[in-house]
Amino acid sequence: MTLTGNQLPPPRRLRPWSGLERRLRDVGISGRTLVIAAPAIWLTVFFLVPLLVVFGISLATKQFGRPPYSPLLKTEDGTVQLTLHLSNYVKLFTDPLYVAAYLSSIRISLISTVITLFIGYPMAYAIARAPETWRNVLLMLVILPFWTSFLLRVYALSGFMRGNGVINQVLGVFGIQPLVMMQTDFAVYVGIVYTYLPFMILPLYTTLVKLDTSLLEASADLGSRPWQTFLSVTLPLSLPGIIAGSMLVFIPAIGEFVIPSLLGGPETLMIGRVLWDEFFTATNWPRAAAVAVAMLVVVVIPILLLQKAQDAVVEKEK
Amino acid sequence: MRRGWFLPIAATLGFAFLYLPIISLVVFSFNESKLVTVWSGFSTKWYVELFKDKQMLNAAWLSLRIAFFSASFALVLGTLCAVALVRFKRFRGRTVLAGAVSAPLVMPDVITGLALLLLFVAMESTLGWPAGRGITTIIIAHTTFCMAYVTVVVQSRLSDLDLSLEEAAMDLGATPARVFFDITLPIIAPALVSGWLLAFTLSLDDLVIASFVSGPGSSTLPMVIFSKIRLGVSPDVNALATIIIGVVALGVVIATVIGFRSRRERRKTA
Repeated sequence: MTLTGNQLPPPRRLRPWSGLERRLRDVGISGRTLVIAAPAIWLTVFFLVPLLVVFGISLATKQFGRPPYSPLLKTEDGTVQLTLHLSNYVKLFTDPLYVAAYLSSIRISLISTVITLFIGYPMAYAIARAPETWRNVLLMLVILPFWTSFLLRVYALSGFMRGNGVINQVLGVFGIQPLVMMQTDFAVYVGIVYTYLPFMILPLYTTLVKLDTSLLEASADLGSRPWQTFLSVTLPLSLPGIIAGSMLVFIPAIGEFVIPSLLGGPETLMIGRVLWDEFFTATNWPRAAAVAVAMLVVVVIPILLLQKAQDAVVEKEK
Repeated sequence: MRRGWFLPIAATLGFAFLYLPIISLVVFSFNESKLVTVWSGFSTKWYVELFKDKQMLNAAWLSLRIAFFSASFALVLGTLCAVALVRFKRFRGRTVLAGAVSAPLVMPDVITGLALLLLFVAMESTLGWPAGRGITTIIIAHTTFCMAYVTVVVQSRLSDLDLSLEEAAMDLGATPARVFFDITLPIIAPALVSGWLLAFTLSLDDLVIASFVSGPGSSTLPMVIFSKIRLGVSPDVNALATIIIGVVALGVVIATVIGFRSRRERRKTA
């Protein structure tokens, strides 16, 4: 016997939300529209519009009062006047402080990303090649620091590296003079590597664990030395992981504020710190906004690269 | 083969690098001396000190409330966004939505913080809301960047969900909303839990965005910690860090063990 639509038993008493759904449908709003609209409206108001506001205010100038910037639109004698200032951007390109901060942010992030890659790659590879029972434990050990406070990890590192810190005490046992590590660019490199290492390891691990080991065996059978196999098989196949991991370290490192201000010295210039000082110390909001726009320009290219790398990984899975 | 010893040694050194600073921080939280790095005997006095610090306790309570509400709002919005992106393949503005929800993941915090502050100030002068800044503005800011993480977590669970279950319910006459609440939601529940927890810890941890959008009298825990450690080491921060690390480690270990068990059971029944 087959049941047709009419013969189906009546549905269970509808839950309250079904009633709500029906009422909404009566006024012409489908559930589908609601599901899309709620996050879309939120992101428009609190993510896209703020970016436009930043751009707008970057074209104003500092003035005393509340809010501390000149209005873009003014009504005078019944006409609306639009006043745009490019002085903040001119300053960004001509003031040696901003240019230096820019270049040194890029340099510090680039060097830290390369160091993170060199430390993270062998770790990711070791976890991917570990026996399966070990793999989950090791992965958990990589993720665990990510769940603990970022600020407290930077603080832990500062306790480790300071003048009378653990490293120097250990060196003292061997009769080595204490090293000055804190308040240097070196400390900033260590800080970025330390806090962003999990971001490098995880995408590398996901590409390396899927690596077909028969390819490595084939390469070895054909007479390649292990390092030749690594360079010609493993490395090219893990390229999407390398790109994704590097971008996940590089992009946030560019705008980093906490690490340079807690570990770096007064001469460690980074653009995130300049923006912070411009806003909180100099209260020059339009200048801070211009710095933010300029920073966005630097991170847009890596963001697009990241998107491409992720698409490549997804494509491979299909 | 060369790889035989190279990889284990590299991994051991890497993990030592990740964990030694944290371990030393925990050890020195039980140090008697105020000098954080010179061991002078076991003591729990910094924990006592910590629980007497009114400013720290108030900030902790404020941060916990902000994290609870931000994580909950982010969970609802992030889940809706994930459903929209996974289930509705074609709608106008889909690429914009996908881009806008994942951009906060990599957006430098100083930009997000500044952008939201400037928005709140502009809104206040044109609409009269929000009047001043404080807990409400911090919750709005945290919801925005946390929903990106929730969306990623829920999206990956939704996209490898077996569609036939939902189709079966639909064939039996359930409305889309009913299918979602009765079938989809229970299945993706573990992803919702981990998404909420991730959002909660991210909100609890944020210093930069909160510094921009907070007002007078609404200093969150990271803001208080930051102003303290900027002046140098302080042993009660070590004590606080030990408590946080302990809670997180316990939580992650329990979650991993539960995950292991359920996977093993699933494998047994399969």
